[in-house]
This record gives sequence, C-alpha cells and structure tokens, in this order.
Amino acid sequence: MKKGRIQSEPRALISLEEVSMNYSRDGSPALDRISLEVEAGEFVFIVGDSGSGKSTLIKLLLHELRPTGGTIIVNNVNVGKLRHSKLPKYRRNIGVVFQDFRLLKDRNVYENVAFAQRVISVPSRKIRKNVPSVLSLVGLAEKYKQNPRHLSGGEQQRVALARAIINDPPILLADEPTGNLDPKNSWEIMKLLEEINEDGTTVVVVTHNREIVNAMQKRVITMKKGVIVSDQARGGYIDEDY
Amino acid sequence: MRIINSFFYSFGQGIKNIFRNKLFSLATLATIGSCVFLFGLFYSVVLNFQYIVREAQQSVAVTVFFEEGIADGRIAEIGEDIKKRGEVSRVEFVSAEEAWETFRAENLGEYADSFGDDNPLEGDDNYEIYLNDVSMQDELVSYLEAQQGVRQVRKSAIVANMLSSVNSLVGYVAMGIIGILFLVSIFLISNTVAAGIAVRREEIGIMKLIGATDFVVRAPFVFEGIFLGFLGAAVPLVVVYFIYSRITAYVIEHFSLLNSLLKFLPVNEIFYTLLPVALIMGVGIGFLGSFMSVHRYLKV
Repeated sequence: MKKGRIQSEPRALISLEEVSMNYSRDGSPALDRISLEVEAGEFVFIVGDSGSGKSTLIKLLLHELRPTGGTIIVNNVNVGKLRHSKLPKYRRNIGVVFQDFRLLKDRNVYENVAFAQRVISVPSRKIRKNVPSVLSLVGLAEKYKQNPRHLSGGEQQRVALARAIINDPPILLADEPTGNLDPKNSWEIMKLLEEINEDGTTVVVVTHNREIVNAMQKRVITMKKGVIVSDQARGGYIDEDY
Repeated sequence: MRIINSFFYSFGQGIKNIFRNKLFSLATLATIGSCVFLFGLFYSVVLNFQYIVREAQQSVAVTVFFEEGIADGRIAEIGEDIKKRGEVSRVEFVSAEEAWETFRAENLGEYADSFGDDNPLEGDDNYEIYLNDVSMQDELVSYLEAQQGVRQVRKSAIVANMLSSVNSLVGYVAMGIIGILFLVSIFLISNTVAAGIAVRREEIGIMKLIGATDFVVRAPFVFEGIFLGFLGAAVPLVVVYFIYSRITAYVIEHFSLLNSLLKFLPVNEIFYTLLPVALIMGVGIGFLGSFMSVHRYLKV
C-alpha cells in the first residue's frame, strides 16, 4: 500500500464550510450549516442517531447529492461546482464501504475486487497483480474463487473493503461498516480500517457502535438533527440525550 | 490505452449481459428473429415481383413514326437523342420494309401475295423504344411529340399505367410493413435493455461510485443491443436462404407451367442486397433500441 502518504504539515483533505442540505423547501434541513475539517491521514468517527444527517454527509462527500448551501472541498476539488464530466475522476479518489456490503452476487471474490479496476480501465496485467495483493491484505487470499453468498458477513465486508482500497484512494468512507456484523467480525473490520489508516489513507467511519468508538480513542464528531454537537480529538460516544 | 481497455471491457460486458439476462435475451432474439424472418420473406417476394414487373415493363414499347419526306440523317439524329435518355433501355429501328414483312408473316398468310410488291406501310419507318421505367412513359412521349419531323407517337397507356401503379403499390406496402417491423423490433430491444438496466441497477450504482465513466456504464448495454440485433438478423437470414432456395427449386421442378409465367431471381441475387440490408437493419435496430433505453433509464 502507500506508506508515507501523510505529509509533515497536515492540510485539510476534507473541508465543509456552512454546508446545508434541504430535501424539501418547507421541511427541516438534513444538514444545517455545518462546518468541519478532516486532515490528510486522520481517522474520524461520525456518530449520531438516525436522522442526525450522517448519511446525508456521506452522500454529499460522494457527490450523490448537491448541497443546498455552503462549500465542500475534497482533495482540493470544490464538490458543489464539480462538472458531471469530472465526477468519475473525483470518485476514484474516494473508496467507500456500506453496511450492506453491495457485492455483486453473480461474481466471485476475485471478480468483485477486480471489478473496481476493470470499470476504470486498468490493464489486465495490473489487475492480476493487484487483486491477490489486496486480498492478502484483508485476509481472503485463499477464498478468491468463492461466491460472496458463501462467505460470512465479516468476510463479505472484507471483500467490500478490498474493493474500496484497490484503487489506492486517499480517502475511505465507511457507512455503518459493522452494522450487520457480530462483535468479533466488527472488531476485525475496525482493525483493518485502522491498518489502512496507518498506511496513510484518511478514514471516515459513520457508526452507531458505541463500544468500538469508545475503545478506539479516535476523533469523534457527534451529529444531532443536522448539526455537529461535538467534535472531540480523542473522544468517545456521547449519550443520546446530549 | 485506457480507451482501448474501456472499449474491450464494455464489449465483453455487452456479450456477458446477454448470457446474464438469458430469458429476456432469448425472447428478444425470438421476436426480432421473427420480424427479420418475415422481412426476409417479404423482401424476397417483393424483389421477385419487381423483377417480374420490370421484365413486363421492358416489353412495353413506344413507337414513333416520322413525317413524310424526312431525311434519313434526321431520323438517325432523333434515334441518337432517344438513346441518350435515362428512362430508355433499348431502341430498335424498324424500316417500312421490315414492318411490312413482319405484318405479312404474322397476319396475312396465303393472302400476302395478292399485294405483290406494294408496301401499304410505305413511309412507316419507325423506332420501337423500350423503357427501364414505365412510369416515365408520358414524359418520353411528350419529348418525342415535340421533336421536329415526328408524325405520330404510339404508346400503350393502359399496360404502362397498370404496371406502374402495381409497382408503386407493392413499394408502399413493402415500406409500410418494413416500417412496422422496424418499430416493433426497436420497442423489443429497448424493453430488453431496460429490463437489463433494472436487473443490474445495483451494479450500475457501484460502478458509478467507483468512478466509472459514462461510457463504461452505458456502452455495455448499447453493445448488448447491437449484438442482439445482429444475431436476431443473422439467424433468420440463414433460414430464409435455405427456405428460398428450396421453394424456388421445388416450384421450378414441380410446376413447369408456372415457369413460363414466373421467373425467380436466384438466391444469391436476392441476398446480394438482402444480407447487408437485414444486417444493417438488425444492428441499427439494436443500436437505436438500446440507446433509447440507456438515455431514458440510465441517468449517470
């Protein structure tokens, strides 16, 4: 992977300034003028109740939604002003994993991971080299021929992780990556995310998992009803009745 | 290099899509195949009919007679001008003597001798003009009547008009039926591709999140449509080839009476135009149908 990506002087890789998102004109905003910065190489938890705006934030970062106000800068790109033709290139800099894994059921583990390189036209010889390497990293080298349906939830999420990092993105977004996993598998996934972060990738994890957040002692941003209510450098999960 | 990789990836995915979506692909192939099969049969019939009409048209002649005392040079000059006209396939000069000889032989029989050396058709030197296209007969007649030295122009208006009308009618009917088949096929391909897009919505979503370009997301569906269109045209063409060959051979062998009335075009001559037309049609239908669906249902 990419040792030494962290620069000596950290700079904001993700920057949100007064960002708002309204799904309807008369409803309450999903995000209400939030501002935050994430430096390159950071590991950040975003926590909060359902409806607090965490998933909206992830969608804005992925440019699945356009903000109704404010400015989002990711990797020096003004996301709000991003032209459609530039979107594929922008997204290649962001790996993403979801609670439901989103694997292709008609393809085996190898093909699921290779898929991320095939669709961006990476030459086959590079794919043949990269896929085994990244599968080894997530501990699935032996199971490359298996169909995802025959894997445990934890293994499926590891395949999704391998797919997310194979293109070496500087940012990895994980939306409830342990939501469907038992505690043992949840910890394995979090350890992998930590390793990926140590290799230089900026990791943003949206989660409800109080135990993990409290144990890992990373930066924790707590959201409630579309606003940031807390941002702790080495924090824990804040009670819901904050 | 990336462009070439994208192209081959999309190409491969297009073929794989056909197998991933087997039932829809088979249904589409069957229906497009039926349409192209009907088109092929219809096309063969129309081409044969037009061939028969053309043969009949070429036996319809316009006869032009000259004024008395006209110089031979002027007759030859008029003949040269007629030959240069596009609608004219053949011009034959018939002298008064030849005309009389033919008439005597065909109509007078044993009474011919009573005319001795007299030629009642004296001064009836004429040109017999055969046309490529009977519908142009009136135009040719007007031209001939305006020529200096022309006394009379005879035409067979009823036969010409009938053949011309029948030919036009067959042409319009053919265009109508082909148009309907074309639209039905586009609709079918479009539905198959739309179903494929619906089935693979999750895959498309992942592709977009990973950073696939619009081309890589859309092109496999367009390739799928083109393959289906091509296969849907190629398979029935083979069937039409064998059916046409067998039927014409059977009719020629068993219905010898019809042979004097009907002349079938050889299968190779039919396929000389049918093959490219049907394949281009299949590929065109595939492209149009899939392109429409991709733009309608696949917002990237």
